[in-house]
Amino acid sequence: MLEKALRGSKGYYVWVGLLLAGIAVGVAAYANQLMNGLTLTGMSRDVSWGLYISQFVFLVGVAASGVMVAIPYYLHHFKTYGKIVVIGEFMAVAAVLTAVLFVVVDLGQPMRVLNVILFPTPNSMLFWDMCVLSSYLIVNLVIGWTVLGAEKKGFPPPRWTHVLSIVAIPLAVGIHTVTAFLFAGLAGREYWLTAIMAARFLSSAFAAGPALLIILCLVLRRSLAFNVPERAIDSLAKTVCYAMIANVFFYLLEVFTAFYSNMPGHKAPIEYLFFGLDGHAQLVPLMWLAVVLAAVGILLLLVPKWRRSHKTLVPALVAVFFACLIDKGLGLVLGGFVPNSFEQVVEYVPNPNELLVILGVYCIGALALTVLCKVAAGVRAENGDAATSETAAVEDSAARPDAADGAREEVPAA
Amino acid sequence: MPVMRRRDFLIAGAVLGAAGLGLGGCSSYGGSAQESAGGEAGRHWGFVVDVEAFREKADLDAICEACHSAHNVPRIDNPKEEIKWIWGEPFEETFAEYANEHMGESLRDASVPVMCNHCEEPPCVRVCPTRATFKRADGIVEMDYHRCIGCRFCMAACPYGARSLNFSDPVDYLETVNSEYPVRTRGVIEKCMMCADRIDKGLMPLCAEASNGTILFGDLNDPDSEVSRALEESFAVRRRASLGTGPSVYYIVKGGEQRA
Repeated sequence: MLEKALRGSKGYYVWVGLLLAGIAVGVAAYANQLMNGLTLTGMSRDVSWGLYISQFVFLVGVAASGVMVAIPYYLHHFKTYGKIVVIGEFMAVAAVLTAVLFVVVDLGQPMRVLNVILFPTPNSMLFWDMCVLSSYLIVNLVIGWTVLGAEKKGFPPPRWTHVLSIVAIPLAVGIHTVTAFLFAGLAGREYWLTAIMAARFLSSAFAAGPALLIILCLVLRRSLAFNVPERAIDSLAKTVCYAMIANVFFYLLEVFTAFYSNMPGHKAPIEYLFFGLDGHAQLVPLMWLAVVLAAVGILLLLVPKWRRSHKTLVPALVAVFFACLIDKGLGLVLGGFVPNSFEQVVEYVPNPNELLVILGVYCIGALALTVLCKVAAGVRAENGDAATSETAAVEDSAARPDAADGAREEVPAA
Repeated sequence: MPVMRRRDFLIAGAVLGAAGLGLGGCSSYGGSAQESAGGEAGRHWGFVVDVEAFREKADLDAICEACHSAHNVPRIDNPKEEIKWIWGEPFEETFAEYANEHMGESLRDASVPVMCNHCEEPPCVRVCPTRATFKRADGIVEMDYHRCIGCRFCMAACPYGARSLNFSDPVDYLETVNSEYPVRTRGVIEKCMMCADRIDKGLMPLCAEASNGTILFGDLNDPDSEVSRALEESFAVRRRASLGTGPSVYYIVKGGEQRA
């Protein structure tokens, strides 16, 4: 099946070429970091995790795309997701792969990374994170690849893939929960020491993951004529909307607890993020941008008319995606280190070399995603299931009347 | 020549496999620093620091120098990448929960010596994914520099800012190298090791030795030790003890009047 990724349009070759160039730049920057150490990052003894770990945390969330289509499809037999479930799984694979790569480039001694397996340490949450992340990666890749292979041959997928799909669901909850536990269990960091950290991770993941999945589906429909039913997009957009509302609600709970209790340690990181602390305020504009993006995104997704029109749906999804990226990536990781153990504020400014490494890692993830999606689109095209402009139009018109939407929803009511 | 039956072959294979698993299990512990540097069980080494003895920054400088030069701690000027085993911090920042605007000069001016607290429940040990940092039977929290992968989880977990990462090669920042003590490589974490090597030889940690009695050292489990007696006589505080870490470094605060 992989051969389908080797042939494509001119635009496809240009895209892959750009990604390879980005990877080359990233590899060179990483070689530089290997030779000179983490001094080539903006991290310090006070802010000891920076953009690498924040990308990791965020991308673990993006991997939720798989499960948010798998639960309705496999557990509730919501057939509308049948066409896109494989894309959800492949996006989860690419996201977890990229997330894990960010942990590797973050290590001071990456050559020793296998020590985590050689000296397994159950009391460390990082050990469990490695277990759930690698399991989730393998399970999604195996399911997606096998189901697609069966589809290519015109057979129904083997039964064990169905079992494995159900196994993937608790694993998906696991990756967000355990990644949240990396932070939520540290006594000295008040911004992270909160019982709803895992719930916040889940809600933000269930918003950001499907948001990117919808955008990816629309891109695939346009570039590779991939058949994506309009109803699937609308259902996923509802998921994004509810999850984002929950995410914002959970954050407001944090704000209430910190400020009503008036405890300095709990207030300080939030003050630093939204108003600045001791004259340090570099994240303030970004955090308010996230607030605006979250509000706009939720509003556009809540109103059915706007949610169903791609002209407003796409900006809404982009807004939700970047709001989650700023809150969970930058704000959560960097804010947790402020103030430091001595009540001082030390800021983090990324190093240019660090940004190039990040570019390279994202290009690796994008290349993996491109190849997987190209294979999926190739298999569908071969089976004559491509979204020509006519079929897409038919799907569009089928989705528009509320009758089509209500068809399924009426069942429990009846 | 006897021909092996299929059944015997399978049994032999299973036995070999089990042996392999067993060996694998052993090898993951073999040569671990945890076993080679156990420390004497029943002991609980700790420090008692007389805060008000450190009125001037110079009072502490000689102690820091004794520690840092003996342990090949590089002198890095960039405060973001500094390596510190023992250093001074203002009282109000070290003890934010005790500091207040009415405290006397002796506390306001104090440059409190801070270091690894060798916690009874060390968060760094709890989070380390490779057991590169571990607690000995005598309470000393140690580091295995050869096992550390530089993930910096311990830096995030330590509520005392006691851990430093070698952001670059530390050898470049060493004027002289003490060949009696290892130098570190870039990308690994380091911190105060309470001079565990000296304690094992029956010697005092260097900071206590260089302090002229302002930093006491001893076994907190022994009621007759110098530290236990000092704690019996004076009120002492520990840094952020409310976090449940159980620091082994105590700070005596007598109040300026009493000393005058």
